[in-house]
Amino acid sequence: MTQAPFGRRLLTVTGMEELGAYRVLRVADPDGPEPEPGQFAMLAAAEGWGGGEQQRPLLPRAFSIARRSDGESHFLLEDVGPGTRRLCELRAGERLWVLGPLGRGFYAPPQGRRAILIGGGVGIAPLAILQDVLQAPATVLLGFRDRARAQGAALLDGARVATDDGSSGHHGLVTDLLAAGLQRDPEAVVYACGPAGMLEGVRALCAASDTPAQLALEAGMACGFGACFGCVVPRRGGGYLRVCVDGPVIDAAELERVEEHAGAPA
Amino acid sequence: MSVDFCGLELAHPVINGSGTFDAIAARTVFGDALLSDFPFAAYVSKTITLEPRQGNPPPRLWEASAGLINSIGLPNKGLEGYLREDLPQLVEIAAGAGEHGQPVPLITNVMGSSAEELSQLVEACEQHGEIAAIELNVSCPNVKTGLDIGADPRQLEAVVRAVRDRTRKPLIVKLTPNTADVALCAQAAQEGGADAVSLINTLRATALAPRGPSAPRGPSAPHGASARRPPWLGGGTGGLSGPAVRVVALAQVAAVAARVRIPVVGMGGVRSACDARELLDVGATLVAVGTESFRDPAAGARIASGLQAAAGA
Repeated sequence: MTQAPFGRRLLTVTGMEELGAYRVLRVADPDGPEPEPGQFAMLAAAEGWGGGEQQRPLLPRAFSIARRSDGESHFLLEDVGPGTRRLCELRAGERLWVLGPLGRGFYAPPQGRRAILIGGGVGIAPLAILQDVLQAPATVLLGFRDRARAQGAALLDGARVATDDGSSGHHGLVTDLLAAGLQRDPEAVVYACGPAGMLEGVRALCAASDTPAQLALEAGMACGFGACFGCVVPRRGGGYLRVCVDGPVIDAAELERVEEHAGAPA
Repeated sequence: MSVDFCGLELAHPVINGSGTFDAIAARTVFGDALLSDFPFAAYVSKTITLEPRQGNPPPRLWEASAGLINSIGLPNKGLEGYLREDLPQLVEIAAGAGEHGQPVPLITNVMGSSAEELSQLVEACEQHGEIAAIELNVSCPNVKTGLDIGADPRQLEAVVRAVRDRTRKPLIVKLTPNTADVALCAQAAQEGGADAVSLINTLRATALAPRGPSAPRGPSAPHGASARRPPWLGGGTGGLSGPAVRVVALAQVAAVAARVRIPVVGMGGVRSACDARELLDVGATLVAVGTESFRDPAAGARIASGLQAAAGA
C-alpha cells in the first residue's frame, strides 16, 4: 500500500478532456507518490467548495486514480451531483485539493493466470491504471448504459463493450460477457469495479465458478482515511469493513453480497 | 501558547472531537508523517463501550447544506479489545507525536447505559497510567442509551457523582445539545464532580431516502394512498455536524462557560483559527476539531498554528 503525504495538497489542473459522457481530469502531481492500481484520492475544488456562499459540496469526493503518466494523475468524472459538477467545471490552470493516494489497491494475479478486467460506467477508472501495470495481456470487458458512455471504453486497450440499450457492442449486461469468458478460461482471475448491481453479478458468477475476484467498491465517505466510519459494507460472517482503509479493493470472498445502497454523495 | 487543562499541560488548545479521527488508521494511511505533524495537543479516543459494537447498518452519512449528518452507531472493540489492541498502539502514536519527550496526552471516551456500566469503564481506565483523562459520553444522539442521561440534569448529576470516586484522573463530561437547557446540564455535571465539560455533540437530524420507484420501507398509510418516506440513514436518525452547527455551538459554549467554574472544551463546525478564536473568546479553554478533519486530516495543525500566529502578532 502506497502511503499518502499527511494532509491535503493544493495541485493544479493540467487538462479536462471530454470522453463521451465523461470527463478526464488531469492533475499535475510530479512529487506525489506512485499509487498502486485501485488506490483513490479525495478531490475538492480549491474555489467554490464548502466555503463562502457555497453550502454544498462540503466534503471532498473519492475518485479512483485512473492513470499516472508524466507526473500527472488522471481521474474519470461523471457529472451526477454538486461535487462532480463542480469538478467537471475545472479548467487547466485552476487548482484543487488532493488527499491521497489512499486505500488498498489490487494485487497482481498469480503467475500464469490470465486477468479478466470487468468494469461498469465510471467504475472503469481503476482498471485503466491496472491494465497499465499488468505484465501480461488481460481480457477487458466494459459495460455502459448507452453509446455516449461507451466512449469511455477508450480509456483502456482492446475492450469488449456491452451496453444496456444495445447502442454499442453486446446488447445486455457486461456480466453476460464475463460468464462466457469464465467458461473459456476457468483459470482466470477477475478484477472488477462498477455499480453495486454489476459487482454483485461478478461476485455471484465468480463464487459459482470458484474464481478469485477482487472487487473495487464505492461507498459514500466523508474522509477517505478511516476517520469517519461512514463508508462501511457488511463483511461475510458479521461486522463491517471500511471501504476506505480495508478497501476499496476487497476480495469477493470477504463479502456475502454487494449491497445496492452503498452509493456515494455525488 | 501552551495550555493548562485540568492539570495536563498541552502544547496548544486544539484537540480532536471524539470519533472524528482514528489515529490508528491514519498511522497506516500516512505513516510517520502523521507523528511529525500530529494535529492535536491531546488525542481523544472514539467512544468505548463495555461490549463490542458493530455500529449502525449503512448508509451512515448524508451531506446536508453546509453540514454532515452521521449515523455511525459507535462501532468499537469493547473495553477489553480497546485496552488490549488499541491502547498500546495509541500509546506508541502519542509517544511519537509528542514533543520534548512528552507524549501527547490520551483521553479515553467511554459510554455506558447506566451508572454501573460507566463505573466499570471508568475503573478500568483508572488502572491504566497511559490514559491521561476520561471523557464521559452521555450525549450521543445515535444511540438510545446515551441520550437520556445527558439530557436530564438530575440524572446527569447522579451519574457523574456515581463515577466520580472511581478515578483520580480528570473527568470530562461531554454534553448533549439536544436538551432544553444545556447550561443547567453543565452545572449538574459540575455539581456531580466533573473536572471539565465538552460541547457540543451533534444535533439530532435526519435525511429522507430519495424519491424513487422502489417501494418505501416504511409502514403504509391507512388508506394505501401515500406511504411514509423512509429515512435515508440505516440508523434512522443521525447527528448534524460541520459549519451548519457552528453558531449554535458558539451560543451553547458561551452559555455554559458563563455558568460553570470548570474548564470548557468548545467544538462545533470549527474550520479555521478564526472560528476557534471565537469559542476561546466566549470562555472555552480548549477547542476541538471534528468534521473539518474529514476535509483535511491536517486541519487541526493548521488551526493551531493559525491561533499561535494570531497570538504572536
